[in-house]
Amino acid sequence: MNRWKYWLLHGVLPWLGVLAVWQLVALASDPQFFPGPYLTLKGAIELSEDGSLFTYIGYSFARVLSGWLLGSLIAIPIGLVMGRFKFIRAITDPILNFIRFIPALAFVTLFMLWFGIGEESKVILIMYGTVFTVIMNTMTGVLSVEEDKIRSARSMGASEWQIMLHVIVPATVPFIFTGVRIAMSMSYLAILGAEMVAANEGVGFLIWNARLYFKTDWIFVGLFALGIMGFTTDRLLGYVGRKLLGRYGVVHSGAAGQRARKPRKAMQPTNATGGNSYGKVG
Amino acid sequence: MNSNANANANALPQSGTIRIENLRKSFAAAHPGHEPHYIIKDINVTIRGGEFFILLGPSGCGKSTLLNIIAGFIGKTEGKVALGEKEIVRPGSERAMVFQQADSSLFPWLTVRENVEFGLRMRKVPKGERRQASDHYIRLVGLAGHEDKFPKELSGGMKQRVQLARVLANDPAILLMDEPFGALDAMTRRTMQKELIRIWQETNKTVIFVTHDIQEALLLGQRIGIMSVGPSSQITDLYDNPLPYPRNVTEPKLIELLDTIQSHFDE
Repeated sequence: MNRWKYWLLHGVLPWLGVLAVWQLVALASDPQFFPGPYLTLKGAIELSEDGSLFTYIGYSFARVLSGWLLGSLIAIPIGLVMGRFKFIRAITDPILNFIRFIPALAFVTLFMLWFGIGEESKVILIMYGTVFTVIMNTMTGVLSVEEDKIRSARSMGASEWQIMLHVIVPATVPFIFTGVRIAMSMSYLAILGAEMVAANEGVGFLIWNARLYFKTDWIFVGLFALGIMGFTTDRLLGYVGRKLLGRYGVVHSGAAGQRARKPRKAMQPTNATGGNSYGKVG
Repeated sequence: MNSNANANANALPQSGTIRIENLRKSFAAAHPGHEPHYIIKDINVTIRGGEFFILLGPSGCGKSTLLNIIAGFIGKTEGKVALGEKEIVRPGSERAMVFQQADSSLFPWLTVRENVEFGLRMRKVPKGERRQASDHYIRLVGLAGHEDKFPKELSGGMKQRVQLARVLANDPAILLMDEPFGALDAMTRRTMQKELIRIWQETNKTVIFVTHDIQEALLLGQRIGIMSVGPSSQITDLYDNPLPYPRNVTEPKLIELLDTIQSHFDE
């Protein structure tokens, strides 16, 4: 079916359905207990009038993005090294597997004590949430690189560094991608907690603070904002991933990925080559 | 002892000979008081430069292990493996391996051309030269026109050709082939066998080809080393196949040889 029809059927219609059900349930209930889409929209407009909604979204976004980016940049090399060198893995793996089970949220107050109540503590909290997921996925990716690829590279004269750069890293890209994608959602998790406890702005702050004024509609606005933020970043990530890293085997379960593709002319192999992004860890 | 003039016309000098003496390989540690469990034991064979040598044996007899030792991917336990004067201890660009599954060794994120040029790129060969070489070898294996495709767009036989081109582009003196056509359908296999002989005759490499298929062994090889069933496999017999190329499965002489070797296994 053509693009617009597909978009209508899979994108617009289900959401109209959701909105309809939501409004119906809201009508049957108290507006302060369970506001409907109309009241939520009013709340959003209310918050946008003085720009605070956009400021809050901006703050949250900035924190999530910077923590996620920094965390990933640190975690990817660590994961590569841990995957490649048995010795390093043997030492660090037990420690990592212990620490990573301590949720980021548990560190909120501690990080506030150590790093202050400013932006740093929040960004570091998000980095904490990101780092372990990306390390685990990256390391898994390195360990999944087929021995034959490394052997081929060796007998073609590649040095150990060249093997790392030109064989291991490209082969691990789909795993790294999965790792950062999952880490993104963990970052949103972390930022919520942090903003609820220790912030004066941000979407978490909005949601938490709204209880003081019994503004349930503001809470709903916050929830929606988070959903839209997460959805947008994930789709963007998927788009960039497919466009730039498509040749490395990055697949993304976005709408475009599920649309029927033109049938290929040559035969398809029965097993996926180069790994896929379903090595979910963390 | 073989009558194919082409094959030995440009044979490598003594330095290209592979000498294997009293080779043993065991993966497990020895229990005290017991002999270690050897995969292969007391392998003694000399493979001449430019020769098409077959290692024939049933599955699990250790022929891949032997090939991997010659390639330098795994170490030996006892004995000596040497190329010319030098002992083999690690992989080297003069010994190239073609694996049974192209999927596990080809780089799926690179196009056919980029795969073929990989070794040259690692050795910092300039772009123009690389392109010339890849053009030549892609054409040699019969894949002209498919240069910009990715491996996942190719059939099994085509992928094996890419592997072959990639390996040949680095101009190794010795090709080690581990049942390279085992995963292909019968018709593609036959085509690839003919192509391999053509390429071998054009490039004069030494080929050590592992297979469990007696017919394939006779179609391709000048000398066939029979490996016994494992463990502690040895090369129990060496058969010569002096028939000229290209060979045919229906040739009476070939069928004779098939009978001989077959009965060897039927014992």
